[in-house]
Amino acid sequence: MSEETSTDLGDLIEDSEPEAETSDVAPEPEPDPGVAVTINGRVHSARPGQLVIDACADAGAFVPHFCYHPRMSPVGMCRQCLVEVDGPRGPMMVVSCMTPVAEGQVVNTATPSVKRAQEGVLELLLANHPLDCPVCDKGGECPLQDQAFSHGPGESRYLEEKRHYEKPIPISDLVYLDRERCILCDRCTRFADEVAGDKLIHFISRGNDTQVMTFPDEPFASYFSGNTVQICPVGALTAKPYRFKARPWDLEQVESTCTTCSVGCRTVIQSSRDELLRYQGVDSEPVNWGWLCDRGRFGFESANSDQRLAVPLIQTDAGLEATSWSAAMSTATELFTEALNRSGPSGIAILGGARGTNEDAFAWARLADRLGVTRRDPQLADGLAAQILNRPRATIAEAAHAKTVILLGPDLKEELPVLFLRIRDAAEKRRSRILEFSPMETGMTRYAWRSERYEPGFAATAVRSSLADPEIASQIAAGDVVVVVGRQNLAESDAVTLAALDAIIAAAPAAKVLPVLRRGNVMGALQMGLAPRSAESEASQILHAAADGHIDLLVLLGADPLADCPDAELARRALAGARRVISVDTFLTSSTAHADLVLPAAAYGEKAGTTTNLEGRITPVTAKVTVHGTARPDWMVAVDLAARLDQDLGFNDLAGITAEIAATVEGCEELEALSAGRATGTGRDGILVSVVVPEISRASTEVTERISYDYRLVVSRKLYDNATNTQMAPSLAPLAPGPCITVNPMDLTRIGAEEGTQVKVIGARSATVLTLAASTAVPRGLAWVPFNQPGGAISEVIDLDTTVTDVRIERL
Amino acid sequence: MSRLNDANLAVAKETIARYPRVKSALIPVLHLAQEQDGYVSTEAMAHIAELMGLTPAEVYGTASFYEMFKFEPVGRYCINVCTNISCQLVGGWELLEHAEEALGIKAGSTTPDQMFTLEDVECIAACTEAPALQVNYRYRNKVTPAQFDAMITALRAGELVDEFPPHGTLSRIRQGLPENWADTGRTAQAEVDAR
Ligand code: SF4
Ligand code: SF4
Ligand code: FES
Ligand code: FES
Repeated sequence: MSEETSTDLGDLIEDSEPEAETSDVAPEPEPDPGVAVTINGRVHSARPGQLVIDACADAGAFVPHFCYHPRMSPVGMCRQCLVEVDGPRGPMMVVSCMTPVAEGQVVNTATPSVKRAQEGVLELLLANHPLDCPVCDKGGECPLQDQAFSHGPGESRYLEEKRHYEKPIPISDLVYLDRERCILCDRCTRFADEVAGDKLIHFISRGNDTQVMTFPDEPFASYFSGNTVQICPVGALTAKPYRFKARPWDLEQVESTCTTCSVGCRTVIQSSRDELLRYQGVDSEPVNWGWLCDRGRFGFESANSDQRLAVPLIQTDAGLEATSWSAAMSTATELFTEALNRSGPSGIAILGGARGTNEDAFAWARLADRLGVTRRDPQLADGLAAQILNRPRATIAEAAHAKTVILLGPDLKEELPVLFLRIRDAAEKRRSRILEFSPMETGMTRYAWRSERYEPGFAATAVRSSLADPEIASQIAAGDVVVVVGRQNLAESDAVTLAALDAIIAAAPAAKVLPVLRRGNVMGALQMGLAPRSAESEASQILHAAADGHIDLLVLLGADPLADCPDAELARRALAGARRVISVDTFLTSSTAHADLVLPAAAYGEKAGTTTNLEGRITPVTAKVTVHGTARPDWMVAVDLAARLDQDLGFNDLAGITAEIAATVEGCEELEALSAGRATGTGRDGILVSVVVPEISRASTEVTERISYDYRLVVSRKLYDNATNTQMAPSLAPLAPGPCITVNPMDLTRIGAEEGTQVKVIGARSATVLTLAASTAVPRGLAWVPFNQPGGAISEVIDLDTTVTDVRIERL
Repeated sequence: MSRLNDANLAVAKETIARYPRVKSALIPVLHLAQEQDGYVSTEAMAHIAELMGLTPAEVYGTASFYEMFKFEPVGRYCINVCTNISCQLVGGWELLEHAEEALGIKAGSTTPDQMFTLEDVECIAACTEAPALQVNYRYRNKVTPAQFDAMITALRAGELVDEFPPHGTLSRIRQGLPENWADTGRTAQAEVDAR
């Protein structure tokens, strides 16, 4: 499939050299005097404070190592990195991962005594290692195997029986542990502690009995567990979705970007026999630092699903039936022509576009422009008004280095996991203070400097009173503030959040904003021209118009309003009210089932192009495998349709679209170079683009006080939910926690029901039945329900036209 | 077997409050749990984690580092026979073998009546008194097989209770605290100072 597989795996994903901690924001690079060290006889200028092991790597002298990882603090566990440093009493052996460089230091990495020392350590590491490389997933890409060859004694002197443990035991739903192979490097446990903050695995016991283990019956259920598999320097940790699927030498790989959410983590996509088999994180300094979340890492399984749409489907009296592309495209053309003839472009609406690439979005936006269609929105009333893009924008790195990070958004751990890691790191390393505004506790609360609660509807009031607090006021007054803003609560109008944002900006006019709209390429879709043009162009108004029979043709570009619009009733009426519906999607969803025409779309890993992350950073995505069935990328559908409708889009192929974006979208001049030079150098960091979108004024909202026996709803997403790409990934689908309604334990008596019982949740419009749970994370008077869980329908009680949603909870 | 009971919970909270870094209280609080149940139960570790804001895995990781914390029920008397060099030279191994025969169990296991757990240990720093053993970490020096048998007989008869309190009774603060300590309103430290 691909010639671009030459990028070396080791280069990409392991230990790529990070820049100095603050380099990505350093306002002015300080004149760096450099520390002169002599490495293997040659003088080298090292960074002050740099570790000898890194300085050696920079100087081209590889030092074998296992426990050291450039993104985690050094611990000196494995002793493999011994080198010789000249000291006052002659050369001495030091652990290079724990020794900082010093002026005039003389380092030798390959003297006979270094070699002897390294061989000795390796022999000890191998003493209890089973050497079952032929049946080990890591074999072929294993640092232990490689370094045993390059730096080991070659022959084993051990005749004794090795230590035995039960062969791999699951430590979570996704990760298996083989304790015999573990060399106790502390990478996985350090990751869980330092990086993820999920200290669910730990060294247990002591000495010869030491092993990595979870607490009994408390699995390593971290959203980031896959990273431990990637960084384990041996085959002790393996991931269920990949176990025994391929050998490393069978894998082909290309560098790409994860588009599962809008963080845009850099990845390599690996495949064998034209099947996607594994994603690994790539260290991108401004974005993901090498980490991925498990949803992004394992979500590729959905692309391999046999439930993918393979051929176009057309609605008949007998339901949806397979048809050919040419028939499907003629039908599509007819539907467009018919709609245009009936009521002109205002009768056509395009929802979605965040699933695809920038090129997909651009092609559809251009088609919409040519046809005069203004009703378009890549969000489904589940995000924020697009104009937050017009605020001075912050990058992830700016947020992770700001004095103050104000969180006015969703639970980052659940929605934008790797952004959570970056902000958590900022708090843990004391670079930033986190000021969180949230109706309830989030995954970030324990790292926050201050976490302020508010009742849904009253965010702005809470912000104003908090900012009046002298301590907070002086923190903000110190400047360097980044506001991370996104949709906090799907049962609350986004206008509430926008008003709160205004209140923050009023107090901190110089604050920058990091918009955290979560869906894959929503930023790309907005920036490439699919942003709503006016109030009636926004999703909620499109749905209302459809429900009222004003939409002749509704185009769903990977959009599933029935699942994703917070207001299920409105979505249902809209789909029923739209005269015709065309859906371009990878799967048959609840919404596509209503379509008159369904066109199968190419999925991630099957198409090339670029994507834009929440910062506005454009990076390439790469095709690695052949598209499923006859699926096509969305842009191709737009181009074909345009030709049939006699519209000249100005391009006919992907290269043409890229060129047109580069020529017409501000800041995209480098796009062609970026697409062409994928997987190298600056391509990994991408280009930052900040496109202005139309401002749409928001009517101010009215919020009523909650009646005391009601509960005010907080509805937010969990990482694993009923999203198609989660449910179609067999490893991830079971991880969705399922629907429930959580209240404060003190409210249980008021409800008169126990935890675990079924209760009726009654909204103004309809009611639903959910399991009752209790947690102190939810303040009294509020009730939290995870959105879009399999088997749950909280969207039935949410009304998009009300500012907040109050419900009664009754025993069944 | 269980979480900390109310009285021990009070002691645990008080202990935790005494340290500037919460984590520092972990070992004393684990002792408390072991004193309560004779071993450190999974539930107790989970409870301690909750109290101290740690994950249960961290508590387990720290606790399991120490040989003297037990995670399975052990006998009322845990007997450690030293087989390290000094003791070995003057009959430590033989003493251990004798103990195994006398109790009818292998080192590392517990008698079916839950009275005795037998273990071999490395040097317990009583080399001048070899061969040495400990019963619930209280020393018996220069032990002969006959003395061992006599001690077992006495323990079975319910004697020697002052010399050898039940397994888990370790905490110096707890020893000698009045039964109704939790109700006295005095802090454990005040209790110690008063003595
Ligand atoms: S499981 Fe792997 S990463 Fe974890 S300590 Fe063992 S060798 Fe290191
Ligand atoms: S955080 Fe988002 S972009 Fe990164 S791996 Fe996870 S889903 Fe993908
Ligand atoms: S890499 Fe230096 S001790 Fe492990
Ligand atoms: S060897 Fe037995 S106490 Fe020292």
